[in-house]
Amino acid sequence: MTIVTAPSPSVTSRPVRGSSRRGVLRWLVPLGPALVLLALFLAGPILWSVYIAFTNETLTGSASVHSRFVGVANFVKLFGDPNFLNSFLLTFVFVIGSAVIGQNTLGLIIALLQRGRGRVTRSVVNGVVIAAWVVPEVVAAACWFSFLAEEGTLNTVLGISQEWLYTAPMLAVILANIWRGTAFSMLVYSAALSEVPADLLESAAVDGAGPGRRLLHITLPLIRRSVMANLMLITLQTLASFGLIYALTGGGPGTASQTTPLYMYEQAFRYFEIGYGSAIALVMLVIGALFSLIYLRLIKVEDA
Amino acid sequence: MTRLAARGAAWLALALITLAFLGPFLWVLIASLEPEATLAAQPTLSFSLDNFKAVLTWDTIILPLINSIVISGSTAVLTVLVAGLAAYPLSRYQLRYRRHFMLTLLFTTGLPVTAILVPVYAMFFRFNLYGSVPAMVLFLTASSLPFSIWMMKNFMDGVPVNLEEAAWVDGAGWVRSLTAVVGPLMAPGIAVVAIFVFVGQWGNFFAPFVLLDTPEKQPAAVTVYTFFSQYGQVAYGQLAAFSILYTAPAVVLYVAVNKYLASSFSFAGSVKG
Repeated sequence: MTIVTAPSPSVTSRPVRGSSRRGVLRWLVPLGPALVLLALFLAGPILWSVYIAFTNETLTGSASVHSRFVGVANFVKLFGDPNFLNSFLLTFVFVIGSAVIGQNTLGLIIALLQRGRGRVTRSVVNGVVIAAWVVPEVVAAACWFSFLAEEGTLNTVLGISQEWLYTAPMLAVILANIWRGTAFSMLVYSAALSEVPADLLESAAVDGAGPGRRLLHITLPLIRRSVMANLMLITLQTLASFGLIYALTGGGPGTASQTTPLYMYEQAFRYFEIGYGSAIALVMLVIGALFSLIYLRLIKVEDA
Repeated sequence: MTRLAARGAAWLALALITLAFLGPFLWVLIASLEPEATLAAQPTLSFSLDNFKAVLTWDTIILPLINSIVISGSTAVLTVLVAGLAAYPLSRYQLRYRRHFMLTLLFTTGLPVTAILVPVYAMFFRFNLYGSVPAMVLFLTASSLPFSIWMMKNFMDGVPVNLEEAAWVDGAGWVRSLTAVVGPLMAPGIAVVAIFVFVGQWGNFFAPFVLLDTPEKQPAAVTVYTFFSQYGQVAYGQLAAFSILYTAPAVVLYVAVNKYLASSFSFAGSVKG
Protein backbone atom coordinates (compact mmCIF):
# COMPACT_ATOMS: atom_id res chain seq x y z
CA MET A 1 0.00 0.00 0.00
CA THR A 2 1.48 3.26 -1.02
CA ILE A 3 -0.22 6.42 -0.03
CA VAL A 4 1.23 9.85 0.15
CA THR A 5 0.25 11.53 3.33
CA ALA A 6 -0.17 15.22 3.29
CA PRO A 7 2.71 16.75 5.17
CA SER A 8 1.69 19.21 7.78
CA PRO A 9 2.94 22.76 7.44
CA SER A 10 6.68 22.51 7.70
CA VAL A 11 8.20 23.10 11.06
CA THR A 12 11.34 25.15 11.25
CA SER A 13 14.00 22.63 12.04
CA ARG A 14 16.49 23.15 14.74
CA PRO A 15 19.72 24.24 13.10
CA VAL A 16 22.68 21.94 13.50
CA ARG A 17 26.08 23.41 13.96
CA GLY A 18 29.12 22.12 12.11
CA SER A 19 29.85 18.49 11.54
CA SER A 20 31.41 17.61 14.86
CA ARG A 21 31.47 13.96 15.79
CA ARG A 22 28.70 14.59 18.27
CA GLY A 23 26.66 16.13 15.47
CA VAL A 24 27.07 13.06 13.27
CA LEU A 25 26.24 10.68 16.10
CA ARG A 26 23.13 12.64 16.87
CA TRP A 27 21.48 11.64 13.61
CA LEU A 28 23.36 8.43 12.95
CA VAL A 29 22.32 6.73 16.19
CA PRO A 30 18.55 7.10 15.76
CA LEU A 31 18.72 6.42 12.02
CA GLY A 32 21.07 3.47 12.52
CA PRO A 33 18.60 0.63 13.08
CA ALA A 34 16.54 1.69 10.07
CA LEU A 35 19.61 1.98 7.85
CA VAL A 36 20.90 -1.44 8.93
CA LEU A 37 17.55 -3.15 8.31
CA LEU A 38 17.06 -1.43 4.95
CA ALA A 39 20.60 -2.31 3.88
CA LEU A 40 20.42 -5.95 5.00
CA PHE A 41 16.90 -6.87 3.94
CA LEU A 42 16.05 -4.57 1.03
CA ALA A 43 19.16 -3.12 -0.61
CA GLY A 44 21.12 -6.31 0.06
CA PRO A 45 18.68 -8.67 -1.66
CA ILE A 46 18.30 -6.32 -4.63
CA LEU A 47 22.07 -6.19 -5.14
CA TRP A 48 22.27 -9.91 -4.51
CA SER A 49 19.66 -10.48 -7.23
CA VAL A 50 21.79 -8.49 -9.65
CA TYR A 51 24.63 -10.87 -8.91
CA ILE A 52 22.74 -14.17 -9.02
CA ALA A 53 20.84 -13.16 -12.15
CA PHE A 54 24.20 -13.58 -13.91
CA THR A 55 24.87 -17.03 -12.44
CA ASN A 56 23.34 -20.43 -13.03
CA GLU A 57 22.41 -20.83 -9.36
CA THR A 58 19.87 -23.50 -8.55
CA LEU A 59 18.79 -25.05 -5.29
CA THR A 60 19.04 -28.62 -6.53
CA GLY A 61 21.47 -30.44 -8.79
CA SER A 62 25.11 -29.63 -9.38
CA ALA A 63 24.66 -25.89 -9.84
CA SER A 64 23.49 -25.64 -6.24
CA VAL A 65 27.02 -26.41 -5.08
CA HIS A 66 29.00 -24.98 -7.94
CA SER A 67 27.03 -22.07 -9.23
CA ARG A 68 29.08 -20.13 -11.71
CA PHE A 69 28.98 -16.89 -13.62
CA VAL A 70 27.13 -17.31 -16.88
CA GLY A 71 27.10 -13.72 -18.12
CA VAL A 72 23.93 -12.61 -19.82
CA ALA A 73 22.83 -16.16 -20.60
CA ASN A 74 19.80 -15.90 -18.32
CA PHE A 75 18.63 -12.75 -20.05
CA VAL A 76 19.21 -14.18 -23.51
CA LYS A 77 17.16 -17.20 -22.47
CA LEU A 78 14.52 -14.93 -20.93
CA PHE A 79 13.83 -12.89 -24.02
CA GLY A 80 13.68 -16.00 -26.18
CA ASP A 81 11.44 -17.87 -23.75
CA PRO A 82 7.88 -18.08 -25.09
CA ASN A 83 6.53 -18.69 -21.58
CA PHE A 84 8.14 -15.51 -20.30
CA LEU A 85 6.93 -13.49 -23.27
CA ASN A 86 3.46 -14.94 -22.75
CA SER A 87 3.56 -13.97 -19.06
CA PHE A 88 4.75 -10.50 -19.97
CA LEU A 89 1.89 -10.03 -22.40
CA LEU A 90 -0.62 -11.32 -19.83
CA THR A 91 0.78 -8.96 -17.19
CA PHE A 92 0.32 -6.11 -19.64
CA VAL A 93 -3.28 -7.16 -20.32
CA PHE A 94 -3.87 -7.58 -16.59
CA VAL A 95 -2.49 -4.14 -15.69
CA ILE A 96 -4.30 -2.33 -18.51
CA GLY A 97 -7.58 -4.20 -17.98
CA SER A 98 -7.83 -4.31 -14.22
CA ALA A 99 -5.93 -1.19 -13.15
CA VAL A 100 -5.74 1.42 -15.89
CA ILE A 101 -9.20 0.82 -17.36
CA GLY A 102 -11.05 -1.00 -14.57
CA GLN A 103 -10.07 0.39 -11.18
CA ASN A 104 -9.17 3.82 -12.44
CA THR A 105 -12.34 4.43 -14.44
CA LEU A 106 -14.69 2.76 -11.99
CA GLY A 107 -13.08 4.57 -9.07
CA LEU A 108 -13.54 7.91 -10.85
CA ILE A 109 -17.14 7.08 -11.79
CA ILE A 110 -18.06 6.11 -8.23
CA ALA A 111 -16.39 9.24 -6.84
CA LEU A 112 -18.24 11.41 -9.37
CA LEU A 113 -21.60 9.74 -8.73
CA GLN A 114 -21.18 10.21 -5.00
CA ARG A 115 -20.82 13.94 -5.22
CA GLY A 116 -23.78 15.68 -3.69
CA ARG A 117 -25.37 12.44 -2.48
CA GLY A 118 -26.60 12.09 1.07
CA ARG A 119 -24.42 10.91 3.90
CA VAL A 120 -26.14 7.55 4.16
CA THR A 121 -25.79 6.74 0.46
CA ARG A 122 -22.13 7.68 0.55
CA SER A 123 -21.30 5.57 3.55
CA VAL A 124 -23.15 2.52 2.22
CA VAL A 125 -21.40 2.69 -1.15
CA ASN A 126 -18.04 3.50 0.43
CA GLY A 127 -18.46 0.75 2.99
CA VAL A 128 -19.12 -1.98 0.43
CA VAL A 129 -16.41 -0.88 -2.01
CA ILE A 130 -13.85 -0.50 0.77
CA ALA A 131 -14.80 -3.84 2.33
CA ALA A 132 -13.63 -5.54 -0.87
CA TRP A 133 -10.31 -3.76 -0.44
CA VAL A 134 -9.83 -4.60 3.23
CA VAL A 135 -10.31 -8.37 3.04
CA PRO A 136 -7.05 -10.31 2.75
CA GLU A 137 -6.23 -11.29 -0.84
CA VAL A 138 -6.63 -14.99 -0.20
CA VAL A 139 -10.13 -14.42 1.19
CA ALA A 140 -10.88 -12.24 -1.83
CA ALA A 141 -9.81 -15.17 -4.00
CA ALA A 142 -12.14 -17.51 -2.07
CA CYS A 143 -15.02 -15.06 -2.57
CA TRP A 144 -14.42 -14.91 -6.30
CA PHE A 145 -13.82 -18.62 -6.61
CA SER A 146 -17.32 -19.27 -5.36
CA PHE A 147 -18.82 -16.27 -7.16
CA LEU A 148 -17.58 -17.59 -10.52
CA ALA A 149 -18.18 -21.28 -9.84
CA GLU A 150 -20.48 -23.25 -12.11
CA GLU A 151 -23.29 -23.07 -9.58
CA GLY A 152 -22.06 -19.81 -8.15
CA THR A 153 -23.74 -16.49 -7.63
CA LEU A 154 -22.86 -14.98 -11.02
CA ASN A 155 -24.24 -17.85 -13.08
CA THR A 156 -27.33 -17.98 -10.89
CA VAL A 157 -27.97 -14.28 -11.46
CA LEU A 158 -27.24 -14.49 -15.19
CA GLY A 159 -29.12 -17.77 -15.54
CA ILE A 160 -26.33 -19.52 -17.42
CA SER A 161 -23.88 -22.30 -16.81
CA GLN A 162 -20.24 -21.45 -17.35
CA GLU A 163 -16.93 -22.44 -15.76
CA TRP A 164 -15.48 -18.95 -15.84
CA LEU A 165 -12.12 -19.91 -14.36
CA TYR A 166 -11.58 -22.33 -17.26
CA THR A 167 -13.24 -20.58 -20.14
CA ALA A 168 -12.14 -17.02 -19.35
CA PRO A 169 -9.40 -17.10 -16.69
CA MET A 170 -7.94 -13.69 -17.59
CA LEU A 171 -11.35 -12.06 -17.51
CA ALA A 172 -11.96 -13.69 -14.13
CA VAL A 173 -8.74 -12.42 -12.54
CA ILE A 174 -9.19 -8.98 -14.09
CA LEU A 175 -12.72 -8.68 -12.68
CA ALA A 176 -11.61 -9.93 -9.28
CA ASN A 177 -8.77 -7.43 -9.20
CA ILE A 178 -11.04 -4.56 -10.23
CA TRP A 179 -13.36 -5.53 -7.38
CA ARG A 180 -10.47 -5.62 -4.99
CA GLY A 181 -8.62 -2.49 -5.99
CA THR A 182 -11.27 0.05 -6.98
CA ALA A 183 -11.53 1.43 -3.42
CA PHE A 184 -8.04 2.89 -3.69
CA SER A 185 -8.82 4.89 -6.83
CA MET A 186 -12.21 5.86 -5.43
CA LEU A 187 -10.60 7.31 -2.29
CA VAL A 188 -7.94 9.14 -4.29
CA TYR A 189 -10.56 10.65 -6.60
CA SER A 190 -12.96 11.54 -3.78
CA ALA A 191 -10.17 13.49 -2.14
CA ALA A 192 -9.19 15.14 -5.43
CA LEU A 193 -12.77 16.06 -6.36
CA SER A 194 -13.36 17.70 -3.01
CA GLU A 195 -10.68 20.22 -4.01
CA VAL A 196 -12.48 21.22 -7.21
CA PRO A 197 -14.22 24.54 -6.51
CA ALA A 198 -17.99 24.14 -6.71
CA ASP A 199 -18.61 27.68 -7.97
CA LEU A 200 -16.45 27.01 -11.02
CA LEU A 201 -18.69 24.10 -11.98
CA GLU A 202 -21.81 26.12 -11.23
CA SER A 203 -20.83 29.06 -13.39
CA ALA A 204 -19.99 26.66 -16.21
CA ALA A 205 -23.44 25.13 -15.82
CA VAL A 206 -24.99 28.59 -15.97
CA ASP A 207 -23.05 29.21 -19.17
CA GLY A 208 -24.74 26.14 -20.60
CA ALA A 209 -22.02 23.50 -20.28
CA GLY A 210 -23.51 20.03 -19.84
CA PRO A 211 -22.20 17.45 -17.38
CA GLY A 212 -19.96 15.87 -20.02
CA ARG A 213 -18.31 19.13 -20.98
CA ARG A 214 -17.86 20.18 -17.37
CA LEU A 215 -16.12 16.88 -16.65
CA LEU A 216 -13.93 17.08 -19.72
CA HIS A 217 -13.00 20.75 -19.60
CA ILE A 218 -13.05 21.64 -15.91
CA THR A 219 -12.94 18.69 -13.53
CA LEU A 220 -10.45 16.45 -15.34
CA PRO A 221 -7.89 19.19 -16.08
CA LEU A 222 -8.04 20.26 -12.44
CA ILE A 223 -7.45 16.77 -11.06
CA ARG A 224 -5.05 15.58 -13.76
CA ARG A 225 -2.14 15.29 -11.32
CA SER A 226 -4.16 13.00 -9.10
CA VAL A 227 -5.16 10.99 -12.17
CA MET A 228 -1.54 10.54 -13.22
CA ALA A 229 -0.31 9.78 -9.70
CA ASN A 230 -3.13 7.31 -9.21
CA LEU A 231 -2.39 5.59 -12.53
CA MET A 232 1.25 5.16 -11.55
CA LEU A 233 0.45 3.81 -8.10
CA ILE A 234 -2.16 1.29 -9.19
CA THR A 235 0.06 0.19 -12.07
CA LEU A 236 2.83 -0.48 -9.55
CA GLN A 237 0.51 -2.39 -7.25
CA THR A 238 -1.01 -4.45 -10.05
CA LEU A 239 2.32 -5.24 -11.70
CA ALA A 240 3.45 -7.19 -8.63
CA SER A 241 0.08 -8.79 -7.88
CA PHE A 242 0.54 -12.42 -6.92
CA GLY A 243 -1.71 -13.82 -4.19
CA LEU A 244 -5.06 -13.17 -5.82
CA ILE A 245 -4.19 -14.75 -9.19
CA TYR A 246 -2.25 -17.57 -7.60
CA ALA A 247 -5.08 -18.55 -5.29
CA LEU A 248 -7.78 -18.05 -7.93
CA THR A 249 -6.39 -19.80 -11.02
CA GLY A 250 -2.83 -20.77 -10.11
CA GLY A 251 -1.87 -19.25 -13.46
CA GLY A 252 -3.91 -21.78 -15.34
CA PRO A 253 -5.47 -23.48 -17.04
CA GLY A 254 -2.06 -24.25 -18.51
CA THR A 255 -0.41 -20.86 -18.69
CA ALA A 256 -3.58 -18.97 -19.66
CA SER A 257 -3.41 -16.60 -16.70
CA GLN A 258 0.25 -16.93 -15.74
CA THR A 259 1.41 -13.36 -15.29
CA THR A 260 5.10 -12.58 -14.77
CA PRO A 261 5.09 -12.81 -10.94
CA LEU A 262 3.53 -16.27 -11.22
CA TYR A 263 6.01 -17.33 -13.87
CA MET A 264 8.81 -16.08 -11.66
CA TYR A 265 7.36 -18.05 -8.76
CA GLU A 266 7.24 -21.20 -10.85
CA GLN A 267 10.84 -20.88 -12.03
CA ALA A 268 12.33 -19.87 -8.68
CA PHE A 269 10.27 -21.76 -6.15
CA ARG A 270 8.99 -24.79 -7.99
CA TYR A 271 11.91 -25.59 -10.30
CA PHE A 272 14.43 -23.88 -7.98
CA GLU A 273 16.05 -22.08 -10.91
CA ILE A 274 17.18 -19.27 -8.65
CA GLY A 275 19.49 -17.64 -11.19
CA TYR A 276 16.82 -17.59 -13.85
CA GLY A 277 14.16 -16.53 -11.34
CA SER A 278 16.36 -13.65 -10.23
CA ALA A 279 16.74 -12.51 -13.82
CA ILE A 280 12.93 -12.34 -14.04
CA ALA A 281 12.81 -10.54 -10.68
CA LEU A 282 15.37 -8.06 -11.93
CA VAL A 283 13.32 -7.29 -15.03
CA MET A 284 10.29 -6.70 -12.79
CA LEU A 285 12.31 -4.50 -10.45
CA VAL A 286 13.58 -2.39 -13.34
CA ILE A 287 10.05 -1.91 -14.71
CA GLY A 288 8.79 -1.08 -11.21
CA ALA A 289 11.63 1.38 -10.70
CA LEU A 290 10.79 3.15 -13.97
CA PHE A 291 7.15 3.61 -12.94
CA SER A 292 8.23 4.67 -9.47
CA LEU A 293 10.51 7.34 -10.95
CA ILE A 294 7.75 8.67 -13.16
CA TYR A 295 5.52 8.78 -10.10
CA LEU A 296 8.11 10.74 -8.10
CA ARG A 297 8.48 13.25 -10.91
CA LEU A 298 4.73 13.66 -11.11
CA ILE A 299 3.95 14.40 -7.50
CA LYS A 300 6.74 16.94 -6.88
CA VAL A 301 7.17 16.36 -3.19
CA GLU A 302 7.03 19.66 -1.41
CA ASP A 303 8.81 19.18 1.88
CA ALA A 304 10.74 15.97 2.10
CA MET B 1 -37.21 17.41 -15.16
CA THR B 2 -33.91 16.36 -16.77
CA ARG B 3 -32.21 17.20 -13.50
CA LEU B 4 -34.52 14.78 -11.76
CA ALA B 5 -33.82 12.12 -14.39
CA ALA B 6 -30.08 12.64 -13.99
CA ARG B 7 -30.38 12.26 -10.23
CA GLY B 8 -32.39 9.08 -10.68
CA ALA B 9 -29.85 7.67 -13.13
CA ALA B 10 -26.97 8.45 -10.79
CA TRP B 11 -28.79 6.84 -7.91
CA LEU B 12 -29.59 3.73 -9.95
CA ALA B 13 -25.98 3.45 -11.10
CA LEU B 14 -24.74 3.66 -7.52
CA ALA B 15 -27.22 1.01 -6.43
CA LEU B 16 -26.09 -1.33 -9.22
CA ILE B 17 -22.42 -0.81 -8.41
CA THR B 18 -23.09 -1.51 -4.74
CA LEU B 19 -24.94 -4.72 -5.59
CA ALA B 20 -22.14 -5.81 -7.92
CA PHE B 21 -19.60 -5.25 -5.17
CA LEU B 22 -21.75 -7.14 -2.69
CA GLY B 23 -22.10 -10.15 -5.01
CA PRO B 24 -18.84 -11.95 -4.27
CA PHE B 25 -19.37 -11.51 -0.52
CA LEU B 26 -22.75 -13.20 -0.61
CA TRP B 27 -21.60 -16.77 -0.72
CA VAL B 28 -19.14 -16.43 2.13
CA LEU B 29 -21.76 -14.87 4.38
CA ILE B 30 -24.42 -17.43 3.55
CA ALA B 31 -22.20 -20.50 3.37
CA SER B 32 -20.62 -19.82 6.75
CA LEU B 33 -24.02 -20.32 8.38
CA GLU B 34 -25.15 -23.25 6.25
CA PRO B 35 -24.44 -26.68 7.72
CA GLU B 36 -24.04 -28.32 4.31
CA ALA B 37 -22.76 -25.56 2.14
CA THR B 38 -21.73 -26.06 -1.46
CA LEU B 39 -20.37 -23.55 -3.93
CA ALA B 40 -23.92 -22.61 -4.88
CA ALA B 41 -25.08 -19.47 -3.16
CA GLN B 42 -28.56 -20.69 -2.45
CA PRO B 43 -30.30 -19.16 0.48
CA THR B 44 -31.60 -21.80 2.82
CA LEU B 45 -33.42 -21.58 6.07
CA SER B 46 -31.28 -24.00 8.01
CA PHE B 47 -28.81 -21.68 9.63
CA SER B 48 -26.44 -22.85 12.30
CA LEU B 49 -23.09 -22.06 13.83
CA ASP B 50 -21.79 -25.57 13.18
CA ASN B 51 -19.17 -24.39 10.69
CA PHE B 52 -17.71 -21.94 13.15
CA LYS B 53 -17.67 -24.64 15.81
CA ALA B 54 -15.94 -27.03 13.43
CA VAL B 55 -13.10 -24.70 12.51
CA LEU B 56 -12.51 -23.44 16.03
CA THR B 57 -9.91 -26.05 16.82
CA TRP B 58 -6.27 -25.56 17.70
CA ASP B 59 -4.78 -26.84 14.44
CA THR B 60 -7.37 -25.42 12.10
CA ILE B 61 -7.62 -21.83 13.12
CA ILE B 62 -6.31 -21.02 16.58
CA LEU B 63 -2.64 -21.75 15.92
CA PRO B 64 -2.63 -20.02 12.49
CA LEU B 65 -4.31 -16.98 14.02
CA ILE B 66 -1.78 -16.91 16.86
CA ASN B 67 0.97 -17.13 14.24
CA SER B 68 -0.64 -14.24 12.37
CA ILE B 69 -0.81 -12.19 15.55
CA VAL B 70 2.82 -12.94 16.42
CA ILE B 71 4.12 -12.18 12.90
CA SER B 72 2.00 -9.07 12.25
CA GLY B 73 2.27 -7.84 15.82
CA SER B 74 6.02 -8.09 16.15
CA THR B 75 6.47 -6.57 12.69
CA ALA B 76 4.22 -3.65 13.66
CA VAL B 77 5.96 -3.05 17.01
CA LEU B 78 9.43 -3.29 15.50
CA THR B 79 8.49 -1.06 12.58
CA VAL B 80 7.06 1.63 14.87
CA LEU B 81 10.16 1.61 17.07
CA VAL B 82 12.66 1.75 14.23
CA ALA B 83 10.65 4.19 12.11
CA GLY B 84 9.97 6.44 15.12
CA LEU B 85 13.66 6.66 15.92
CA ALA B 86 14.58 7.30 12.30
CA ALA B 87 11.91 9.95 11.87
CA TYR B 88 13.25 12.12 14.70
CA PRO B 89 16.45 13.39 13.05
CA LEU B 90 14.64 13.53 9.71
CA SER B 91 11.99 15.76 11.19
CA ARG B 92 14.09 17.88 13.54
CA TYR B 93 17.57 18.33 12.10
CA GLN B 94 18.72 19.99 8.92
CA LEU B 95 20.59 17.14 7.35
CA ARG B 96 22.40 17.56 4.10
CA TYR B 97 20.97 14.55 2.29
CA ARG B 98 17.59 14.52 4.01
CA ARG B 99 15.60 15.28 0.91
CA HIS B 100 17.45 12.64 -1.10
CA PHE B 101 16.86 10.11 1.64
CA MET B 102 13.15 10.85 1.86
CA LEU B 103 12.77 10.66 -1.91
CA THR B 104 14.66 7.36 -1.97
CA LEU B 105 12.24 6.01 0.64
CA LEU B 106 9.27 7.10 -1.46
CA PHE B 107 10.89 5.55 -4.52
CA THR B 108 11.38 2.29 -2.62
CA THR B 109 7.69 2.04 -1.75
CA GLY B 110 7.06 1.68 -5.48
CA LEU B 111 9.36 -1.29 -5.99
CA PRO B 112 7.55 -4.60 -6.46
CA VAL B 113 8.05 -6.53 -3.19
CA THR B 114 7.01 -9.67 -5.03
CA ALA B 115 10.18 -9.49 -7.10
CA ILE B 116 12.37 -8.93 -4.06
CA LEU B 117 11.25 -12.26 -2.60
CA VAL B 118 13.37 -14.32 -5.01
CA PRO B 119 16.68 -12.83 -3.86
CA VAL B 120 15.46 -12.77 -0.24
CA TYR B 121 14.68 -16.46 -0.51
CA ALA B 122 18.08 -17.18 -2.05
CA MET B 123 19.73 -15.17 0.70
CA PHE B 124 17.74 -16.89 3.46
CA PHE B 125 18.69 -20.24 2.03
CA ARG B 126 22.37 -19.36 1.81
CA PHE B 127 22.53 -18.09 5.39
CA ASN B 128 20.33 -20.79 6.91
CA LEU B 129 17.52 -18.40 7.72
CA TYR B 130 14.92 -20.27 5.67
CA GLY B 131 12.02 -21.16 7.97
CA SER B 132 13.06 -18.71 10.65
CA VAL B 133 10.13 -16.59 11.86
CA PRO B 134 12.35 -13.88 13.45
CA ALA B 135 14.34 -13.49 10.22
CA MET B 136 11.11 -13.16 8.25
CA VAL B 137 9.83 -10.57 10.71
CA LEU B 138 13.02 -8.56 10.16
CA PHE B 139 12.48 -8.72 6.41
CA LEU B 140 8.83 -7.69 6.76
CA THR B 141 9.90 -4.82 9.01
CA ALA B 142 12.45 -3.65 6.47
CA SER B 143 9.86 -3.80 3.71
CA SER B 144 7.38 -1.73 5.75
CA LEU B 145 9.99 0.80 6.84
CA PRO B 146 10.13 3.15 3.84
CA PHE B 147 6.44 3.94 3.98
CA SER B 148 6.34 3.98 7.80
CA ILE B 149 9.29 6.36 8.14
CA TRP B 150 7.65 8.62 5.61
CA MET B 151 4.35 8.65 7.53
CA MET B 152 6.03 8.93 10.90
CA LYS B 153 8.07 11.94 9.78
CA ASN B 154 4.94 13.68 8.56
CA PHE B 155 3.19 13.09 11.88
CA MET B 156 6.28 14.28 13.75
CA ASP B 157 6.44 17.45 11.68
CA GLY B 158 3.01 18.22 13.09
CA VAL B 159 4.38 18.40 16.63
CA PRO B 160 5.66 21.96 17.10
CA VAL B 161 9.35 22.19 17.95
CA ASN B 162 8.81 24.86 20.60
CA LEU B 163 7.19 22.25 22.84
CA GLU B 164 10.56 20.55 23.04
CA GLU B 165 12.44 23.70 23.86
CA ALA B 166 11.58 23.54 27.55
CA ALA B 167 13.00 20.04 27.64
CA TRP B 168 16.17 21.17 25.87
CA VAL B 169 16.62 24.01 28.34
CA ASP B 170 16.43 21.41 31.09
CA GLY B 171 19.29 19.65 29.35
CA ALA B 172 17.35 16.79 27.83
CA GLY B 173 18.95 15.07 24.84
CA TRP B 174 17.08 13.74 21.81
CA VAL B 175 16.20 10.51 23.61
CA ARG B 176 14.30 12.32 26.36
CA SER B 177 12.88 14.75 23.87
CA LEU B 178 11.54 11.93 21.71
CA THR B 179 10.22 9.69 24.48
CA ALA B 180 8.88 12.29 26.88
CA VAL B 181 7.62 15.07 24.61
CA VAL B 182 7.23 14.09 20.96
CA GLY B 183 6.17 10.47 21.45
CA PRO B 184 3.14 11.13 23.65
CA LEU B 185 2.03 14.05 21.50
CA MET B 186 2.01 11.96 18.33
CA ALA B 187 0.44 8.89 19.91
CA PRO B 188 -2.45 8.85 17.40
CA GLY B 189 0.04 8.95 14.54
CA ILE B 190 1.99 6.08 16.04
CA ALA B 191 -1.22 4.08 16.39
CA VAL B 192 -2.09 4.71 12.73
CA VAL B 193 1.32 3.52 11.52
CA ALA B 194 1.17 0.46 13.79
CA ILE B 195 -2.30 -0.50 12.57
CA PHE B 196 -1.37 0.09 8.91
CA VAL B 197 1.59 -2.23 9.22
CA PHE B 198 -0.37 -4.80 11.23
CA VAL B 199 -3.27 -4.98 8.78
CA GLY B 200 -0.89 -5.05 5.82
CA GLN B 201 1.01 -8.02 7.23
CA TRP B 202 -2.19 -9.71 8.39
CA GLY B 203 -3.17 -10.21 4.76
CA ASN B 204 0.34 -10.95 3.53
CA PHE B 205 0.36 -14.30 1.78
CA PHE B 206 3.40 -14.50 -0.49
CA ALA B 207 6.19 -13.84 2.04
CA PRO B 208 5.24 -16.48 4.63
CA PHE B 209 4.24 -18.87 1.83
CA VAL B 210 7.76 -18.66 0.42
CA LEU B 211 9.92 -18.09 3.49
CA LEU B 212 8.44 -20.43 6.11
CA ASP B 213 8.89 -24.17 5.87
CA THR B 214 6.35 -25.92 8.09
CA PRO B 215 2.57 -25.59 8.49
CA GLU B 216 2.99 -25.03 12.25
CA LYS B 217 4.66 -21.69 11.55
CA GLN B 218 2.27 -20.49 8.89
CA PRO B 219 -0.11 -17.58 9.50
CA ALA B 220 -3.82 -17.77 8.69
CA ALA B 221 -3.31 -16.32 5.18
CA VAL B 222 -1.43 -19.44 4.10
CA THR B 223 -3.77 -21.78 6.00
CA VAL B 224 -6.81 -20.38 4.16
CA TYR B 225 -5.03 -20.95 0.90
CA THR B 226 -4.16 -24.56 1.77
CA PHE B 227 -7.71 -25.02 2.94
CA PHE B 228 -9.17 -23.93 -0.34
CA SER B 229 -6.60 -25.15 -2.83
CA GLN B 230 -7.60 -28.67 -1.80
CA TYR B 231 -11.18 -27.97 -2.78
CA GLY B 232 -11.67 -31.57 -3.84
CA GLN B 233 -12.51 -32.54 -0.30
CA VAL B 234 -12.91 -29.24 1.45
CA ALA B 235 -15.92 -28.40 3.53
CA TYR B 236 -17.05 -25.17 1.92
CA GLY B 237 -19.01 -23.96 4.91
CA GLN B 238 -15.93 -24.29 7.06
CA LEU B 239 -13.81 -22.42 4.52
CA ALA B 240 -16.35 -19.60 4.64
CA ALA B 241 -16.43 -19.58 8.45
CA PHE B 242 -12.61 -19.58 8.53
CA SER B 243 -12.53 -16.68 6.08
CA ILE B 244 -14.86 -14.63 8.26
CA LEU B 245 -12.95 -15.31 11.47
CA TYR B 246 -9.68 -14.48 9.75
CA THR B 247 -10.98 -11.30 8.11
CA ALA B 248 -12.75 -9.84 11.16
CA PRO B 249 -9.68 -8.46 13.01
CA ALA B 250 -8.45 -6.67 9.88
CA VAL B 251 -11.85 -5.07 9.37
CA VAL B 252 -12.11 -3.95 13.01
CA LEU B 253 -8.64 -2.38 12.94
CA TYR B 254 -9.35 -0.82 9.58
CA VAL B 255 -12.47 0.87 10.93
CA ALA B 256 -10.35 2.23 13.78
CA VAL B 257 -8.03 4.12 11.41
CA ASN B 258 -10.60 4.86 8.75
CA LYS B 259 -10.88 8.50 9.77
CA TYR B 260 -7.16 9.11 9.30
CA LEU B 261 -7.11 7.12 6.12
CA ALA B 262 -9.46 9.45 4.27
CA SER B 263 -7.14 12.41 4.77
CA SER B 264 -4.16 10.34 3.66
CA PHE B 265 -5.62 10.13 0.20
CA SER B 266 -5.45 13.80 -0.46
CA PHE B 267 -2.46 14.18 -2.72
CA ALA B 268 -3.06 17.88 -2.62
CA GLY B 269 -0.95 18.46 0.45
CA SER B 270 2.14 16.93 -1.00
CA VAL B 271 1.55 18.04 -4.54
CA LYS B 272 2.15 21.45 -5.91
CA GLY B 273 -0.74 22.07 -8.22
